[in-house]
Amino acid sequence: MSAEVQTKQAVLEPMPTMEEQQTTRPADGSAVLIQALKDQGVEVIFGYPGGAVLPIYDALYKDPIPHVLARHEQGAIHAAEGYARVSGKPGVVIATSGPGATNLVTGITDAMMDSLPLVVFTGQVASSVIGTDAFQEADIIGITQPITKHNYQVRDVADLPRIIKEAFHIASTGRRGPVVVDIPKNVATEVFTTPEAFDVEVDLPGYQPTTNPNYLQIQKAVHALTHAKQPVILAGAGILHAQAMDELKEFVEKHRIPVTNTLLGLGGIPGDHELFLGMAGMHGTYTANMALSECDVLLNIGARFDDRLTGNLNTFAQHAKVIHIDIDPAEIGKNVTTEIPIVADAKEALKALLAADMYSPETAEWIDVLSKKTEDFPLWYKEDDSALLPQQAIQIIHRLTEGDAIVTTDVGQHQMWTAQYYALNNPDHWVTSGGLGTMGFGFPAAIGAQFAKPDARVVAVVGDAGFQMTAQELSLLQEYRIPVKVVILNNGALGMVRQWQETFYNERYSQSLIPVQPDFVKLAEAYDIKGYRIESPDEAEAVFAEALLSDEPVLIDCRVKQQENVYPMVAPGKGLHEMIGVSGE
Amino acid sequence: MRRIITVTVINQSGVLNRVTGLLMKRQFNIESITVGHSEQPGMSKMTFIVHVEDERKIEQLVKQLQKQIDVIKVNDITDKAIVMRELALVKVVAPPQARSEINSIVEPFRATIIDSGKNVVTYQVVGNPEKIEAFIDLVKPYGIKELSRTGATAFVRDMQKVPSPQLSILK
Repeated sequence: MSAEVQTKQAVLEPMPTMEEQQTTRPADGSAVLIQALKDQGVEVIFGYPGGAVLPIYDALYKDPIPHVLARHEQGAIHAAEGYARVSGKPGVVIATSGPGATNLVTGITDAMMDSLPLVVFTGQVASSVIGTDAFQEADIIGITQPITKHNYQVRDVADLPRIIKEAFHIASTGRRGPVVVDIPKNVATEVFTTPEAFDVEVDLPGYQPTTNPNYLQIQKAVHALTHAKQPVILAGAGILHAQAMDELKEFVEKHRIPVTNTLLGLGGIPGDHELFLGMAGMHGTYTANMALSECDVLLNIGARFDDRLTGNLNTFAQHAKVIHIDIDPAEIGKNVTTEIPIVADAKEALKALLAADMYSPETAEWIDVLSKKTEDFPLWYKEDDSALLPQQAIQIIHRLTEGDAIVTTDVGQHQMWTAQYYALNNPDHWVTSGGLGTMGFGFPAAIGAQFAKPDARVVAVVGDAGFQMTAQELSLLQEYRIPVKVVILNNGALGMVRQWQETFYNERYSQSLIPVQPDFVKLAEAYDIKGYRIESPDEAEAVFAEALLSDEPVLIDCRVKQQENVYPMVAPGKGLHEMIGVSGE
Repeated sequence: MRRIITVTVINQSGVLNRVTGLLMKRQFNIESITVGHSEQPGMSKMTFIVHVEDERKIEQLVKQLQKQIDVIKVNDITDKAIVMRELALVKVVAPPQARSEINSIVEPFRATIIDSGKNVVTYQVVGNPEKIEAFIDLVKPYGIKELSRTGATAFVRDMQKVPSPQLSILK
């Protein structure tokens, strides 16, 4: 795939420099920043310049690090999130003060909710005018304090090397999360006279994440699992963050314990694994939700018992002894009473479980019961000769890409259908906005994902409404030669809103239908991207085959049936065992 | 339930904001909060009293505070043997003819007069918050012109009578 290989090169090519750099020691705050980013091994920056970061962009011009110029700061930060999710490395963002910084707020919150490592640099007005409502001043430290793992405002250029080291350390260890570093303009231009500041080691007495499990707690878990009759494992994104896929698979196979995923945990176990029950939660499979409802031991590894997963807490896993492994102690016991808490990294905990002398529970009967449920109540939809169904579209994409693509989504119906029908072969190939549920996330995230894996096939599955929230990033595809495939499941509506209005608001479609759409094919063409339109099921196969297998960026506008709803479903306030729409009859 | 929490934090700008912001985000009601330097340089100690519904809420609060990078140590000292003190300044309406009467009433509280004017007397009273409440109730009938309380500060006594329960997963 020559075009895909070029992706990286196009960006990696150094910009022409005005002059040869003579000095080896950074001269001012901006140069310190660039040097520190290089020391951290930063491969790519997603950003947008502006007044307060002019010194930083000038330093970047003289001493380049590949930089992707998004067309809106929100696009930049979602791209950084996609990069972080796929590469496992912190995504780096630069934006200017005031509006530049506030445009990042949604992405920062999204990264906080989904535990993505980001280091976000914001410009700030000069220290002398902070607090005077200066031009493009915003209190970004105050604004981002509840939505970051930590944040800093740099007061002295001598602190900058230490702060950047700490920021990367905090973002990428323990439970991952976003860190904001706010740099006043005068700090960026201040003369740097303390090169020894680069040698300072990270020393954070208040931040010591526990990664190794407590031995006695592991023994308790082993005991509970051995004596279980109907055990089930709920594997969350913690598996992926800890890179514990192999250990999970080994543990599941060794003891024959069925496993389900949260939305964000998808890919932690191969989608076609015989012991995989499918995703659990509001639009999970009937089998997975019944397994959670009926289990006697529930082993949660790296999931946070989100309300969209648990349904009504009063009936969630009522008869189960709950074992919860999490790197973040605050997640344990937050929503669900936990008998055996284990604070640890998922990989270390699974290693300890594998090393323990554990007899396998007798699960053959339980697995049969669950298989029968899947046989009786598989995922279903009713075919319609006159219209392409979104589920069919995902199935075709899955077949053509053989389950190997990196798939990104926004939030809503298309997200649920993709989660249901795109069985992932690989970990870290699923990039979706889970906790915050951000429209406009999927497309820029796909751009970031492509930078993390230039040779991978990246498919952004988005809705027609969400896509229009960040569609300006189409500019980037040709500029940086990013062969992302944009698949718009276009139902001319805010699909999930429409579905809820149909179901719970007596079909009063208040502001959820979008009768006037842009011509997405022409829009693609305006950005010099090949656009396709699929209007009937007959066209789907051929168009997808041509478009998805192309080496170029493409946009496919799939006109799908508007009235199609996501099933099965746990209605809000209901328990997981009270799913509706479990079969087509 | 009313809980007394002490928090040791790195003395940095914004740290108080971080802690109170967190309490606000998680919807905890703060009854009082005090902050000041501790015996270690660069460290501050906070004491706050919060009202929570149940054990789970307080465990969640302690764990969320613990997660903050600038927070070194969090203790729920409610069930321990502790010393707790609060100071209040109370300006009471006290015309000359009522003054000796008020003085005799407040005497058991060991309140001291720190300022007096033509018609008012300002008392300083120190003790645990319950004692302060009682003092206020007692002088209220005479008319309180102004009242200012510092909030409680506390720490555990050297001698603990009974081992206090530990939260399940906090070491």
